[in-house]
Amino acid sequence: MTMSETVAPTGRGSQTPHEHAASTSRGPRLRLAQLRDLALLPAIGLILLVGSFVDPYFLTKTNLVNVLQQQSEISLLVLGQVLVMIAGKLDLSLESTVGLAPGIAVWLILPTSRFHGQGLELPGFWALPIAFGVGILIGAINGLLMVRFKLSGFIVTLGMLITLRGLLNGISKGQTFFGLPSSMTYLGTATWLGLPASVWISLSLFAIGIVFMRYHRVGRALYAIGGNQDAAKAAGIRVDRIVWCTLITASLLAALAGVLLAGRLASVAASSGNGWIFTVFAAAVIGGVSLNGGKGTVFGAFCGVLLLFLVQNVLTLAGVPAEWINFLNGSIILGALVVSRIASGQEQE
Amino acid sequence: MAQTASPVPGPATGEPALEAIGITKRYGSTTALDQVQLVVDEGDSHALVGRNGAGKSTLVQIVTGLQAADEGVVRFSGRTAPSLTDRDGWRRSVACVYQHSTIIPSLSVAENLFINRQPARAGGLINWRATRSDAQHLLDSWDIAVHADSPAGDLSVEQRQLVEIARALSGGARLIILDEPTAQLDSRGIERLFQRLRDLQARGVSMLFISHHLQEIYEVCQTVTVFRDARHIVTTPVAELSKSELIDAMTGEARIATQTAERTSEAREGTPALRLTSLTQAGAYDDVSLSVQPGEVVGLTGGASSGRLAVAETVVGLRRADSGSVEVAGVPTGKGVPAALDAGIGFVPRDRRHEGFVPLLGVAENATMSIAARLGRGGFINLHDRDERARKMISDLAVKASGPHQPVGSLSGGNQQKVVMGRALANDPQVLVLMHPTAGVDVRSKETLLGVVDDVRRRGTAVVIVSDELEDLYPCDRVLVMFQGRITNEFASGWSERDLIAAIEGVEHDHV
Repeated sequence: MTMSETVAPTGRGSQTPHEHAASTSRGPRLRLAQLRDLALLPAIGLILLVGSFVDPYFLTKTNLVNVLQQQSEISLLVLGQVLVMIAGKLDLSLESTVGLAPGIAVWLILPTSRFHGQGLELPGFWALPIAFGVGILIGAINGLLMVRFKLSGFIVTLGMLITLRGLLNGISKGQTFFGLPSSMTYLGTATWLGLPASVWISLSLFAIGIVFMRYHRVGRALYAIGGNQDAAKAAGIRVDRIVWCTLITASLLAALAGVLLAGRLASVAASSGNGWIFTVFAAAVIGGVSLNGGKGTVFGAFCGVLLLFLVQNVLTLAGVPAEWINFLNGSIILGALVVSRIASGQEQE
Repeated sequence: MAQTASPVPGPATGEPALEAIGITKRYGSTTALDQVQLVVDEGDSHALVGRNGAGKSTLVQIVTGLQAADEGVVRFSGRTAPSLTDRDGWRRSVACVYQHSTIIPSLSVAENLFINRQPARAGGLINWRATRSDAQHLLDSWDIAVHADSPAGDLSVEQRQLVEIARALSGGARLIILDEPTAQLDSRGIERLFQRLRDLQARGVSMLFISHHLQEIYEVCQTVTVFRDARHIVTTPVAELSKSELIDAMTGEARIATQTAERTSEAREGTPALRLTSLTQAGAYDDVSLSVQPGEVVGLTGGASSGRLAVAETVVGLRRADSGSVEVAGVPTGKGVPAALDAGIGFVPRDRRHEGFVPLLGVAENATMSIAARLGRGGFINLHDRDERARKMISDLAVKASGPHQPVGSLSGGNQQKVVMGRALANDPQVLVLMHPTAGVDVRSKETLLGVVDDVRRRGTAVVIVSDELEDLYPCDRVLVMFQGRITNEFASGWSERDLIAAIEGVEHDHV
């Protein structure tokens, strides 16, 4: 028997319905997700064009590398957040982890006297293991509360955001840690093959993220969990374990971002990472990641964060006074959301 | 594990595809299944029927490994069922297409088919090319005209269901359970599905078919098992069981003779209190016309997707019809619930937990929510008046509550429903619409709730009762039956239960 209906075409009006011929018409079809993925590229192209008119310096290698370096830390948060969001959860506490992870490490390493350390004065090579350990621990606590005890993810991570920020304030007495050990500053300052190490790290982690989310079963499981958790369970996916691991990964990425930031600034401020989470969500949503889970790609999110930082860079070069940058930033985020809503035709919820 | 299912299952074993023997399942004090048995022979198409609460869904959960039975054994082709945690083992034994879709709309069809078992390359990375071609091969082998690359969200209900069937069978199982597969399909879709099921059977797949529509069973099944009140009643070849015998088995011998008592109508002459004219909503109901006199009680019943609730929800403003009109006492109602309340319609919604009350708020606040504007001036509520009304309601309806401030969420189901009824009556409605008024309610509360109907009809209120429970329909002056979106039958009071059930199940009743 045959079915009388034609196969539903995937595009939005770009393809004409055709007779089904189930197995034969396997030509190149642009899948919806791929189209959505590329949606921001024209916008990025436009910004590059506008930027080159605003200031010839904009398109120089120095400036573009500079943009990439400025966004490298926050983009790691975006990467982590996107994994969590695709699985249908969210993690607000990432921005506090940025400060706390390196903060705890240097607190345990620096001497009491001049640098208000804790006094333990651990050897300098402990800096990174401690910072990453703190990241893992925070993710594990988030997972414990959200996965094990089934608390609301929004409230849990909001609570963690405040608690962790408060903890950093407490141990640093509200001040900034200086005189970091060299193991802490290395990643944020080193140059590998002519590019800052943080750029390499951020780009390569995004590359891994893109491949993992596209080609790995666990990556696909995150989409399934975010799309329909019950269906994922019925398919034998270990939902709880995977969500828990995702939360840990996101916190670990936030800790890495903190280390890069600490290295670049050669200090850890009590307010380190403060307010980042809004930019992170904005970048993710502009990049097509759904707050309801199950939709979006790592590549899209990367485009989202890149777009935001390029726009900021152009504004700075255009001589927009610093006091107005935030206003313009917010307007651009809103504008970008409206444009992507119109372009994709999908509700963002 | 088989990445691609062979469309032709393995060799016949001669053992029954499914044996569930002596199954008992209790939830607290209620027994959901009492020593039931179900045997599906290899290659058989077996129907499981029973009215709501007969235990069908519990049995499905047990034989698909979602729940453990308290007693009894489950065997597939002679082998004992795997342990509950061994999902792969279950997937190899039995495939189930549930009433609710388990397709993930944001992923492609191919990915849905191979979710969590995508073909991988050596490095552990998914081989998308192989996934797609395996998926296409699978779809082609079952003659499903769907492109593996399409987003699953774009599929029609029918296509989605076929994809689910293909996925279910691709785990290697040779037994498929279909739980109400036709509920969301139109009649042409149903016909195509049946053709496909016959094809599957011809390829050696055994089927367990659960349906409320008895007619369908005669079309696709060879054997039928009837459950009633958590017990196994009979298993017999379909051909040897007439429709009336089947209905008898479902309703119970004792009830066959039941002829409901005739009642004296309180209906008054004059303008109908409620009149529906050619009400139509695409996909829900079609050309429904109905008029109810003041003081008249009309029942509206039908199967799960007959559209009876959709009609009721349209009357009370929760839904909007595509065309047609709703008039109360000759005046068309506006759009939405506020307009319906203003027009003089009071109602008990279909699911009290969902739409009936706010659990954390008190009895008084819940019961007066629809008339808050009448309880004071300028939007401020006179709490004293409100509590007075609530006390009266509590005593009128015999609500067991400590007072007007007890949160409704902490009351028993029956008392919750009384509060919802109180809210429905709060605006002294001319038309009272009750949807499933006694669902999950104890016997005493049932009496009180249905007693309300007798009170209000004497006052000239028109009542519409929408329910699947025959007892809810006893107080009705006449009962209308809907089938697939249309009113198909009308029974005057004094109807026989068997005729009514036959109409609900869509069987042309052959008089015995």
